[in-house]
Amino acid sequence: MIAHVHHENINYLKASKGLKNWLVTVDHKRIGMMYLASILVFFVTGGTFAGLFRFELWSPLKNFLTPDQYNQFFTLHGVIMVFLVVVPGIPAALGNFILPIQIGAKDLAFPKLNLTSLYLYWIGAAIALYSIVAGHADQGWTMYAPYSLSRNPSVLWMMVAAFILGFSSILTGLNFIVTMHNMRAPGMTWYRMPLFLWAMYATGIMQIFATPVLAITLILLLMENFFGIGIFDPALGGDPLLMQHFFWFYSHPAVYIIVVPGFGITSEIIACFAKKDIFGYKFVAYSSVAIAIIGFVVWGHHMFVAGQSELADSIFSFLTFFTAVPSAIKVFNWTATLYKGSIDLKTPMLYALQFLFNFTIGGLTGIILAILSVDIHLHDTYFIVSHFHYVAMGSTMIAFIGGIHYWWPKMTGKMYNETVGRTAAILVFIGFNVTFFVQLIMGSQGSPRRYYHYQDQFQIYHQISTVGFVILAAGLFMALFNLIASFFNGSVAPKNPWGAKTLEWEEADSPPVLYNFKETPVVTHGPYAFETEKA
Amino acid sequence: MDNSKTFWLPEKASTFVDTVDPAFDLYLWISIFFFGLIVILITVFTVKYLRRRPDQLATAQITHNLTLELSWTIIPLIIVMGLFFLGMKGYLHMRVAPSGYMQVNVKAQKWSWGFEYPSGAINDTLVVPVNTPVKLVMTSRDVLHSFYIAAFRTKADVIPNRYHALWFQATRTGIFPVQCTQYCGTNHSYMLTAVKVVEQEAYNEWLATASDPGKGKTPAEFGAILYQKRGCSACHSVDGSKAVGPSWKGLFGRQENCGAGGMIMVDEAYIRESMMVPTAKVVMGYQPVMPIFKGVLSEREIVALIEYIKTLK
Repeated sequence: MIAHVHHENINYLKASKGLKNWLVTVDHKRIGMMYLASILVFFVTGGTFAGLFRFELWSPLKNFLTPDQYNQFFTLHGVIMVFLVVVPGIPAALGNFILPIQIGAKDLAFPKLNLTSLYLYWIGAAIALYSIVAGHADQGWTMYAPYSLSRNPSVLWMMVAAFILGFSSILTGLNFIVTMHNMRAPGMTWYRMPLFLWAMYATGIMQIFATPVLAITLILLLMENFFGIGIFDPALGGDPLLMQHFFWFYSHPAVYIIVVPGFGITSEIIACFAKKDIFGYKFVAYSSVAIAIIGFVVWGHHMFVAGQSELADSIFSFLTFFTAVPSAIKVFNWTATLYKGSIDLKTPMLYALQFLFNFTIGGLTGIILAILSVDIHLHDTYFIVSHFHYVAMGSTMIAFIGGIHYWWPKMTGKMYNETVGRTAAILVFIGFNVTFFVQLIMGSQGSPRRYYHYQDQFQIYHQISTVGFVILAAGLFMALFNLIASFFNGSVAPKNPWGAKTLEWEEADSPPVLYNFKETPVVTHGPYAFETEKA
Repeated sequence: MDNSKTFWLPEKASTFVDTVDPAFDLYLWISIFFFGLIVILITVFTVKYLRRRPDQLATAQITHNLTLELSWTIIPLIIVMGLFFLGMKGYLHMRVAPSGYMQVNVKAQKWSWGFEYPSGAINDTLVVPVNTPVKLVMTSRDVLHSFYIAAFRTKADVIPNRYHALWFQATRTGIFPVQCTQYCGTNHSYMLTAVKVVEQEAYNEWLATASDPGKGKTPAEFGAILYQKRGCSACHSVDGSKAVGPSWKGLFGRQENCGAGGMIMVDEAYIRESMMVPTAKVVMGYQPVMPIFKGVLSEREIVALIEYIKTLK
């Protein structure tokens, strides 16, 4: 008789074969990989739409899109990138894969719920795409009433999609929080948790508390639509500003759901590639939580010109300034971590450093928007577009891509080509900043956003921006092909290629076995317990 | 004073420039300082502590420094609180019009602006006297719009079923663009007009003529003026080219297919109905997006517009 094969000791990619086994898997690693693949597909799709309208904007007159097509394309870009890429992105893909391994658990607390959240994501994504493609939706991702209401049933389906995607988010957040409370390995105290996990915890809180507001909005929209109760539609006596309040009550915390995971990845990469303990671990950990909490009470800063009372505007401005402080703390702490380190400019580190560069610009351009008098001028211009992209693309997606490179050897067991990886990272850095820095100038000069036709004086900025897009796209595709190529013919990754100190590198194989560890690990040191040179 | 645009900010033409621009510039320098500080530190640390041999370790593990951490918590806090008061002060000034202002009512619709003066004058561009506070009381007839004059540094959303006001005081004569900054559909980016700032005497003269635009004119001539002033031109051409709505050229007396509404003949009654209840009979190939003009146009104006359309053969 042939000896029984121990599935538990085979790596998770080989533990079982066939599409069906992937689709019904409850392994957090496989679910994470499926999320990663889906999110990257949507990222390329959303980016393609951005490219199309970026080229349309090469000149102020019609190039190849009609105004309606332009409007539909920026809506497609916004909806796909926000709801299908940056909001779920890091937690669903990397969080799912890494979180249980980093705390020394064999899976998340609720593996089946985790698979459910993946299916909800796919269903929500399908409905969102259907609603915009079939409904010729052109209301922008912000869906302001009453314009959006005139695009029915598209806006209704969009809300249904956001609602389902929201549940996917809530279930992921809940799963993470329960797992972190209950399944930490022996010796894994809260303060021995890698900062990526603190970021996941803060994100989980926001997902659980902010997302239900989407459900309320959907119910109100349904009541208005089917029973003619005037809630948002001024034609029925409703108030369009109420919809903005609901929208931003969710979408502002969503901005932090987007960026806080990026903080987590950056902390991991900087510590690892500087061989340094994070400077001010507790400050960094708690500042994520602080941002999560303050993030709930600042939504009104999206409405400074919308017709709120002066008192409300002033209070929201005051509160918004407080988000600047924990963000500043983080940037200073990461910078200080580099001091007296041993800095290795590997691909992930190049992304972490450009995260610092871009996030500093994203943060500083955010503070100016909280200055009420100046915001009146800058509101709804390209300045906002640029600020938002410095945070969502320049910070979050850059951290995400950095994180993918950082954990790629762990996830796939393969090493990518380092030279190609670094070249791509530099192209991405140049391309991104060329694309978006000029948009700051264009915006403060008074060019409104979502303009198909623009004043001639802005043409040069648009052209620079489009050239930047080409460089950015080239960098991103280079990075993507480098990763995909390594999957097929990269060299075999060692267990801990970067010399990191967290569990997924020290204790788990590359790629990990089915239940992550052959034996439950015991944690004896902090996540960044690097040594120093002997004098 | 130099009123031309700078690298960051557009040309200057209102009193708000004095509050907004210095705040912008101050903040710009604060940003440059902090951004410069971070970039220089990162660069210096990266160069100085670059790993030169594969097994090189850090030279020290410094996990915290309370003085340093408190200082980069407290200093930014003090700075942002200062910025808050600076911004709020400027903003309250921008929100509250001084006494003695001149009021103009603004009506926004897809995709044009209408300005109504207390004298009864109606115009598609905003004409105001220089050095006089002007208050705009604005409402929208369809969806959200936003009224923005970059040179004046002011902006406010225009909301259906509600009045939202802004005020400004122009500091020099000239013509400055007015743009819609709240996304409102197909021709959002073409929802442009201008504010024309003139001397008080020129303004008085203009107002006298504008208050009675039909005076001494035939109905068709008056209609041609209304075609511009009432925003019809935003969606209807007079040269036969297709826009959001049908061109007026050759329209009168034509047979049109309204789909389920059947064939109709474009006559006085149909044109009148299309202005009063635009969705009643929409010609195939067009969207039902025209604003309702019932209660907006006077009887005299309706007749004038019909007579004007008749002349466009």
